[in-house]
Amino acid sequence: MKNLREIARVIRSKNSSPMKLTLDIIFKDRPTFEEVKKKNLISKAVIAKAYQLPESQIEKVIYFDPALAVKIGMNRLTRSGSPGDTDVYGAQQHAPLLGIELDV
Amino acid sequence: MKPFKVLSPTAILGYGFPEASFLKGMEEKPDLIAVDAGSTDPGPYYLGSGKSFTDRVGVKRDLRYMITYGIKNKIPVVIGSAGGSGARPHVEWCRQIIEEIALEEKLSFRMGIAYADIEKSVVIKAIDAGQVTPLDDLPMPTPEEVNSCPYVVAQMGIEPIQALLTEGVDVVLAGRAYDPVCFSALPIMKGYDVALATHMGKIIECAAIAATPGSGADAVLGILYEDYFVLKALNPIRKFTELSAAAHSLYEKSDPYHLPGPGGTLDLSNVTFTELATGEVEVRGTTITPTNPYRIKLEGSSPVGFRTISIAGTHDPIMIASLDNILTEVKARVDDLLSKENVEARVYFHVYGKHGVMGDLEKGNYPDPHEAGILIEVLAPTQEAADTVCSITRSTLLHYGYEGRIATAGNLAFPFSPSDIRMGQCFQFTLYHLMDAPDPSAPFNREIVTIGGAI
Repeated sequence: MKNLREIARVIRSKNSSPMKLTLDIIFKDRPTFEEVKKKNLISKAVIAKAYQLPESQIEKVIYFDPALAVKIGMNRLTRSGSPGDTDVYGAQQHAPLLGIELDV
Repeated sequence: MKPFKVLSPTAILGYGFPEASFLKGMEEKPDLIAVDAGSTDPGPYYLGSGKSFTDRVGVKRDLRYMITYGIKNKIPVVIGSAGGSGARPHVEWCRQIIEEIALEEKLSFRMGIAYADIEKSVVIKAIDAGQVTPLDDLPMPTPEEVNSCPYVVAQMGIEPIQALLTEGVDVVLAGRAYDPVCFSALPIMKGYDVALATHMGKIIECAAIAATPGSGADAVLGILYEDYFVLKALNPIRKFTELSAAAHSLYEKSDPYHLPGPGGTLDLSNVTFTELATGEVEVRGTTITPTNPYRIKLEGSSPVGFRTISIAGTHDPIMIASLDNILTEVKARVDDLLSKENVEARVYFHVYGKHGVMGDLEKGNYPDPHEAGILIEVLAPTQEAADTVCSITRSTLLHYGYEGRIATAGNLAFPFSPSDIRMGQCFQFTLYHLMDAPDPSAPFNREIVTIGGAI
């Protein structure tokens, strides 16, 4: 088992719209990316577990080969910048990903 | 087809760029100098208030280079999403800056302006006619909600910009525009491939962010050929790599393979990124699927009240251990006080050190911090009501006798006097919807003006 931090060079979150967050995981090397993709180690279920959310809140998981990356789409709880929002840019919502352990 | 070179000095107008990088770009004799000035990233306030999120001095500094070098070398200059949000006051703000530059640099030229403001009655009529589609589960706004938005804009495609360029203007100042179009409108007009020009615009609108090391404040060049394009860094400390260019396709997008825009969706499924020996990257294989009908994205922020905040902290371990309970009790006490005074307000506590960053998304089980920051946020229908409720909440929390309290002089450390800060009017995104636009130019009013006296 390896922590995602050991095998990814970028782990980040950002708004993709005022209603949506997008999470990017960019792996360090192609063999690891290919293994993660082949075994589908990053899935809606894995992300939902990391965030302790129902799987229905995780909209999509897309493997993007040219960048050795996995992209995850999920809902924001509050519209960006609306009363009570905590992160207008959505740039600090990635921390739960840092605890993910993968069988690679 | 001869190569078409586009100079992109900076990721957002006002973020700056090294002079050396810009001048290196000018040595390449670009066919176009273009910049994207906008974003919805900073939230709904800037569109709602008509203010720019970038600083005037920074914007003027960047524009001085672009306009002066563009006019003197007869290179068209295109500015998209003027003033950040691209509504009429944002465009006027940017136009004034350009007029100042023309005066100071003794330049005169013709400038085409494309406004992005959409009449609210047009939007309401389109909603009634079923020609508006929500994005990302946003509810369909009521006519009252549409009317409450101080400004409603739509992201224009290439067509309004091309209509001005066809008139031979030297500078185009566009209101809210789809990010790539200030880079792609001119080459597409000259016959270059729509998909490649749009994809190149999508990358270079972020300037050197897609290079490595990345920077939003450094110039790059995009060079368009018949069936591919090349990305070139202009600062010797940066280069484009296959991975840096590919990774940029992820940035801020919900799906890296499909990038929707006005009139069509870019498809990156078969795109190849190839590193050239010169430290540049060649991109091939982008396609575009036209959407029918043509649709434009509406944006509008509506006011939701006035905000007053107070910032404080605590270093008391007894208080921190039961902070969430204490705040719930304080809120209940404030609600009780207000229920008899007929003051309507919403109170939020942002507790830094516990869940201030992630709010309700925070599910982690962490030990208590040794300090906690408490930001009191109050939203009310008037500024005065927000002030009142913030003041009551602050003083109640300051002196609240929570269970086990032994520090009885006051529960909060305030960094400032005054402790409470008026934040003014508060907005939320209400319109983020697609509207059918069978004629892509018609919704965008245009005019051509002479800047800096007679030509």
